[in-house]
Amino acid sequence: MPKKVPVRLRVNGEEHELHLPPQRILLDVLREELNLTGTKRGCDLGTCGCCTVLVDGEPRLSCLMLAKLAEGHQLTTVEGISPAGALHPVQRAFIDLGATQCGFCTPGFIVTAVAFLRDHPGATRDEISRALSGNLCRCTGYVKILDAVEAAARTLAPAQER
Amino acid sequence: MAGTSSRKSGSAGTPRPSSAETDLVKEAEATRASSGYHLIGKRTPLIDAALKVTGRAEYTDDIKRPGMLVGRLLKSVHPHARIRSIDVEEARRLPGVAAVLTGDRYPTPFGVLPMTHDETALAVGRVRFLGEHVAAVAAVDEETCERAFELIRVEYEPLPVYDDPKVSREPVPVKIHDRALRDTNLQKEVFQHFGDVPKALEGASQKVKLSGKYLGVTHGFTEPHCTIAEHTPDGRLTVWSATQVPHYLHRSLSEVLGMPMHRIRVVKPEVGGGFGGKSDPFPHEIACAALAIETGRPVKVLFDREDVFYLNHGRHPTQNDVTVGVDGDGKFLAMDIDALLDGGAWSSFGVVTTYYNGVLAMGPYRFDNFRYHGARAYTNHPPSGAMRAHGGTNMRYTVESVVDEIAARMGFDPIELRLQNFLPPNFKTINEFRITSNSVRQCILAARDRSGWEEKFRKLPYGRGIGVACGFYISGSNSPIHFTPVFPQCTVHLKADMDAGVTIHCGAADIGQGSKTVLAQVVAEVLGIRMDRCRVAPVDSDTAPVDLGSYSSRVTFMMGNAAKAAAENLKVPLLQAASELLEVPPDRLEASEERIHVKGRPSQGVPFHEALHKAMETKGALVASGAYSTKPLGGTFKGAKAGTAPAYSFSAYVAQVDVDLETGFVHVENVWAAFDCGRPLNPLAVEGQIEGSIHMGLGQLLSEGLSYRGARLMNPSLLDYKILTPMQMPKVECLLVGEDDPEGPFGAKEAGEGPLVAALPAVGNAIYDAIGVRLMDLPITPDKVLRALEEQRKKGGAVRPPAPTRPSERTPTHGGR
Repeated sequence: MPKKVPVRLRVNGEEHELHLPPQRILLDVLREELNLTGTKRGCDLGTCGCCTVLVDGEPRLSCLMLAKLAEGHQLTTVEGISPAGALHPVQRAFIDLGATQCGFCTPGFIVTAVAFLRDHPGATRDEISRALSGNLCRCTGYVKILDAVEAAARTLAPAQER
Repeated sequence: MAGTSSRKSGSAGTPRPSSAETDLVKEAEATRASSGYHLIGKRTPLIDAALKVTGRAEYTDDIKRPGMLVGRLLKSVHPHARIRSIDVEEARRLPGVAAVLTGDRYPTPFGVLPMTHDETALAVGRVRFLGEHVAAVAAVDEETCERAFELIRVEYEPLPVYDDPKVSREPVPVKIHDRALRDTNLQKEVFQHFGDVPKALEGASQKVKLSGKYLGVTHGFTEPHCTIAEHTPDGRLTVWSATQVPHYLHRSLSEVLGMPMHRIRVVKPEVGGGFGGKSDPFPHEIACAALAIETGRPVKVLFDREDVFYLNHGRHPTQNDVTVGVDGDGKFLAMDIDALLDGGAWSSFGVVTTYYNGVLAMGPYRFDNFRYHGARAYTNHPPSGAMRAHGGTNMRYTVESVVDEIAARMGFDPIELRLQNFLPPNFKTINEFRITSNSVRQCILAARDRSGWEEKFRKLPYGRGIGVACGFYISGSNSPIHFTPVFPQCTVHLKADMDAGVTIHCGAADIGQGSKTVLAQVVAEVLGIRMDRCRVAPVDSDTAPVDLGSYSSRVTFMMGNAAKAAAENLKVPLLQAASELLEVPPDRLEASEERIHVKGRPSQGVPFHEALHKAMETKGALVASGAYSTKPLGGTFKGAKAGTAPAYSFSAYVAQVDVDLETGFVHVENVWAAFDCGRPLNPLAVEGQIEGSIHMGLGQLLSEGLSYRGARLMNPSLLDYKILTPMQMPKVECLLVGEDDPEGPFGAKEAGEGPLVAALPAVGNAIYDAIGVRLMDLPITPDKVLRALEEQRKKGGAVRPPAPTRPSERTPTHGGR
């Protein structure tokens, strides 16, 4: 058994002090130690995008990141995308426009889209499509996902431009 | 530049109905709107969507049980070998290991179909594919399981490896299973002949034969398989599993573990996609339960993505030959099919697959002569099984390519040729399928009109093209897999209590398609209440009545009818109670707008909750049940039940492509998808099914394929097995033109699998229009396109296919209705 090391993680604004074997992967720690099961495990190889979380606001694949290396960074999972009782416009649009079916890829798409629209409020459908191309969805054919992110972009754009 | 503006246009003199007349989609929407339903047919967000977008929906791997152990399965390193011995003693002694099991512990064979049980929870004496599970370990963590694997000594004696179904068809020295036919490795063979095919082909003025070759493809659901089992001191076993078919899992657990069904509880949490890949009862589910029994502790078995690829059960690698003969006027006379399927190491749904590859082939067309020879071979590949549009996809590509080829050779517009040959509604086919509602004509006309077909077909610049294809699929299998004793296909229970909410219990598995939402819509529609009064209880075999599962596109039709019947039954005491309060006979009352009131007069009534409370005065909570059973259908010949369904979906897709002549990449620009699912109960969800089907179909057509070197799978990862990204998806326009089905709930039919089948050949035929090359070897990767273009160049240069020469009668949009 490798020796455990202290790992301090800041996730969704909360500090966590953990003692973990140094090889623990961020995805495992989020799901198993912190019970943040909204972040999904689809492939463990960085190919599907289901495990995407925000590291200092940027989408990163938590299955390819050691938890220890996430120290000192602000982590945001799908659970931290919107305040309790409220929905982010991207989440609202996903519901209303049918962008989630089985829902397993959905958290990864939500966090990726939220980060992208923050930096590109007026994004076009093609730009959105490119930004989301690291996330795989097998149910929707992406059509309604793009519809939803486009609609959210329209909701967000005026507020952010002014 | 070749062939761009050369068409002086055949459109001159062709009557062109105004767009107002031709909008079949709007017409169908208007007809449906006139029924006045308050929820049915409305674009309804899925009732579990809020949980899914916030990460709160609970999938199997999200469940933790106290003291839960990690279960892992040791995979075979040989594709075909005798197991001489397995020594697990050292692994058992490793600290942290709670149990190690091998195949001899639960050797009872099982399988999804009762007549072909050839799987075991763990390999018994023999492994038949690379990746088959030979031992199961439960330990405190994953690392300990891995170390235990290193201590397990398996002595294998390699056997001849069969990786080619053509070899399996011949006499073989070693049979993969004793039950293989004769002295071969064939699992199943089907012969069917209706009419007189040789004679009809002899009299045909044109015969076209094409051969299709299809790599196996896999479901690609995002959630890997996962199962949790717990055996408690009260002698009960609970199994949570990512399954599409909780009921068959329930049966198989009972059979293999030797435990009565009533002591087993199967729970289906949210499922992250299935597409057929979670419809078999799986060995790992049983092995997980066995570990839980052995250890007395909860055990979780979670697959990694590579494990998922090795278990496979995807679409069969297939070779098929389809011959169609037509008379001089283009009337289809006869169809002759030969298909050879690579079933891999197990039977799975194989008997059904072997039938479906033939019996669903005539599809939307009328034939009076039909012959089919299908064979499914055992090989040492991972098992093939059921995948979306099971048995209806590969054969459909070849058939629709043949139809397109006939049109090209005889000078027909392929839409006109199809219009001449469609099955009519209310018809019995030569193989005794009962066709009822059928809007395939409206489908093809809608797709033609919306796509601008006439301005594009054979008229786009070389390299760009447009193509059409049709589809046909069962709306639920008429015969349940287990037919004795006789049960309904689906049962729904309702409970209405003093909180004025209605709880819906049903075993139907929502795997993302939205069946929970349909349940709530149907019940709320009948009771005239808001949907948020309805809550759909989790699928738990202790409380949910049996539904046979999410396969064969049966759920909306069968569950919908059962839910409707249950709600009608619940309404009876509500009307009676309101009748007493209002002093109006119940037959003059109806439920709508959250009230029970005099028909047509909502103000003369009582609120829903008052009627409910009155009805509860003596009986307490109201409970009601509804069930759906299929009527007997089909002929009496061998295999006559295969492909019979209480209704069929129809479709016609037009696709437009741009083939990059330099790189060979096929860029699909648009798909106009006209689909007949009867009345769409939730158009938002139906569109989602169509769009997702197109994604899956185009993946198989253009980039997906399980690639083997011998029996070794070469691309067991989502990096090497390429499903389409958002950037490769075409624009999709869904055209829902179906009319109400007479037996479907509110007129609905399936939309889960049928939407896939036309996608592939519509694009294949568009490629033919674009570059004059017919590609029959899937997937159509850029190298194959370039090779075909190279051959074309050698034969004398880029050639567009000829334009239709037959005088087009330009079937009017309303023709034949």
